[in-house]
Amino acid sequence: MTSNSDLLSNKPEKKSRDYRSNSLAKLTIRRIFKQRSAVIGITILSILILIATFAPVLAPYEPNQVLIGVESIRKRDKPCIHLLGCPADQPQHILGVDGNVRDEFSRVIFGTRVSLFVGFSTVGFAIIIGTVLGAISGYLGGWADNIIMRFMDVLLAFPSLLLAIAIVTVLGRGLQNALLAIAIVSIPVYARVVRASVLSIKEMEYVAASRALGAGHFNILIKRILPNAISPLIVQGTLGIGTAILDAAALSFLGLGAQPPLSEWGTMLGSERNQVFTAPHLVFFPGLAIMITVLAFNLMGDGLRDAIDPRLKQ
Amino acid sequence: MIQYTIRRVLLSIPVIFGILVVTFVLARSIPGDPCKSILGEKATAETCERFTHEHGLDKPIPVQFGIYFSKIAKGDFGDSIRFHRPVTVIMIERLPTTIELGLTALIIATMIGIPLGVISAVKRNSIVDVITMIIANTGVSMPVYWLGLLLAYTFALLLLHTPFWLPPSGRLSAGVVATPFYEVFDWVVTKDTFKFHLFEFISNLFIFNSIITRNWKVLGDTIKHLILPATALSTIPLAIIARMTRSSMLEVLRQDYIRTARAKGLVERLVVLKHAFRNALLPIVTIIGLQVGTLFAGAVLTESIFGFAGVGRMLFEAITARDFPIVQGFTVVIAIGYVMVNMLVDISYAFIDPRIKLE
Repeated sequence: MTSNSDLLSNKPEKKSRDYRSNSLAKLTIRRIFKQRSAVIGITILSILILIATFAPVLAPYEPNQVLIGVESIRKRDKPCIHLLGCPADQPQHILGVDGNVRDEFSRVIFGTRVSLFVGFSTVGFAIIIGTVLGAISGYLGGWADNIIMRFMDVLLAFPSLLLAIAIVTVLGRGLQNALLAIAIVSIPVYARVVRASVLSIKEMEYVAASRALGAGHFNILIKRILPNAISPLIVQGTLGIGTAILDAAALSFLGLGAQPPLSEWGTMLGSERNQVFTAPHLVFFPGLAIMITVLAFNLMGDGLRDAIDPRLKQ
Repeated sequence: MIQYTIRRVLLSIPVIFGILVVTFVLARSIPGDPCKSILGEKATAETCERFTHEHGLDKPIPVQFGIYFSKIAKGDFGDSIRFHRPVTVIMIERLPTTIELGLTALIIATMIGIPLGVISAVKRNSIVDVITMIIANTGVSMPVYWLGLLLAYTFALLLLHTPFWLPPSGRLSAGVVATPFYEVFDWVVTKDTFKFHLFEFISNLFIFNSIITRNWKVLGDTIKHLILPATALSTIPLAIIARMTRSSMLEVLRQDYIRTARAKGLVERLVVLKHAFRNALLPIVTIIGLQVGTLFAGAVLTESIFGFAGVGRMLFEAITARDFPIVQGFTVVIAIGYVMVNMLVDISYAFIDPRIKLE
């Protein structure tokens, strides 16, 4: 029971402070940090972002620096770590040396930049286009909805990597075209997610109220509907980054994406694939880097999904 | 039931039409002169004119699409630039390898993925559950070609002189020949007829061919060669199926009727398998259907690593050689196959859950 003295004291102020501290954003963040997978994912991703940012400091060599004549090493030399018993007179190469006598560790470190860029840029592009298409489709309905969504159905009918391969074959090789292809094939997923949210939100009373107050369609869509449709998009986007990185690496492995000498993990793996029996370290480490990065985004996506919208779990 | 099936089949027609439109547009978007990209840079203007006329490239776009559509309806995907042979024939030669590999991978993924998911859900938060989810999460994040290379390195090199050694490439060992069943049975088949291509197709399914001809040596050798690529190819589907089975089972195990089943004293095994699993099956079947796409895309990577002369490797080689008729033809067939599989999955819903056909 609340006594009069309590009401007169400064307790109500404290209560309102408590209320403020439980804002939706803070609640969500708290819920995210309660998810074990999200915490592991965020931790790995933070480390990867730090590695990408400080790559020039962390990497002992330039990623494309050919060390012939600089050091007495041969191509595809095994890893040499002084702490693990490698002779001190030999130059240290933690992950060994690649087929062009470049330091593998430096290339893997710089590869983090490429992969994170690939993930964020393709998903960013796909989200923008997917949101526009999904919003138009869901808000307008009718023939616009039919045309857009049937086209999205057709794109979803292709196995995504295969369609990306076909698009790159037409556009020509290169990282930029590969990114465009991966972005195109991932648009339908985001368009569907946004459309579904818009369809349910546009029927809500506060949207009807905005309409009654004279707000225009564009205004309602941008200011009233889309901000509330964003959480499933964040979850889908996080999971999508992992897939995008995996697909981009696969295209590069096939020789369709990033081209040498760019230190992209898929390209590095692809160019040394025939040496797996003689120099397994050149295959192992770039692949491990891809796996860790994709795993980080997947764990984070799973955690975000459980924290933001547990219904999506089903 | 029949009405539901017919409706689902009719719904696939516009999607297949859309697939043809997309591949047609892609083929027409290739930069440069189609004549020079197919016949080579040295083609003369006269040759090009004849080529353009023969292929109907001088006609309006809708007419060109009509020609393309009618050719595909007859199973004509044009000729390969590199091999100067019909794409359809190449496809018939290569498809059995991919089907055998893909099916084996799907069987591995389902046979291991579903039990793992069920056990994980039943023993939630136990050590089995934690290990399964770690395997599932890493499996889903693993590049299939990387795993393939590591498997090849481990089983073909590190375990070289042990009984666990497995061959890193090819479908059969040197000296082992899979004689087609029609030759074993002394059936006379005329070359280049439909029957010949059909028999060739079936006999290229080595496991099936060796079983009906009772050639156990070939069967053993084929399986030995299939283990590594099929394991690599099955990892991602296995992880996805295990995750989906777990979450679907967890959802069902929470239901009231499960508690009722337990309360009336039913054996736990029956509660899990008969009451829960049957009702958790729908999303699992859906996800298995969707994995067919992953398998086809994965086949491009796996076959080129393990030296399998299948559709995937051919597609990879065609990309490298810019042999667009093959890329186009194979993409169309794979996409249509993918749509068909998902259509069958949708139809199977009505058998799994009788409420569906009423909706």
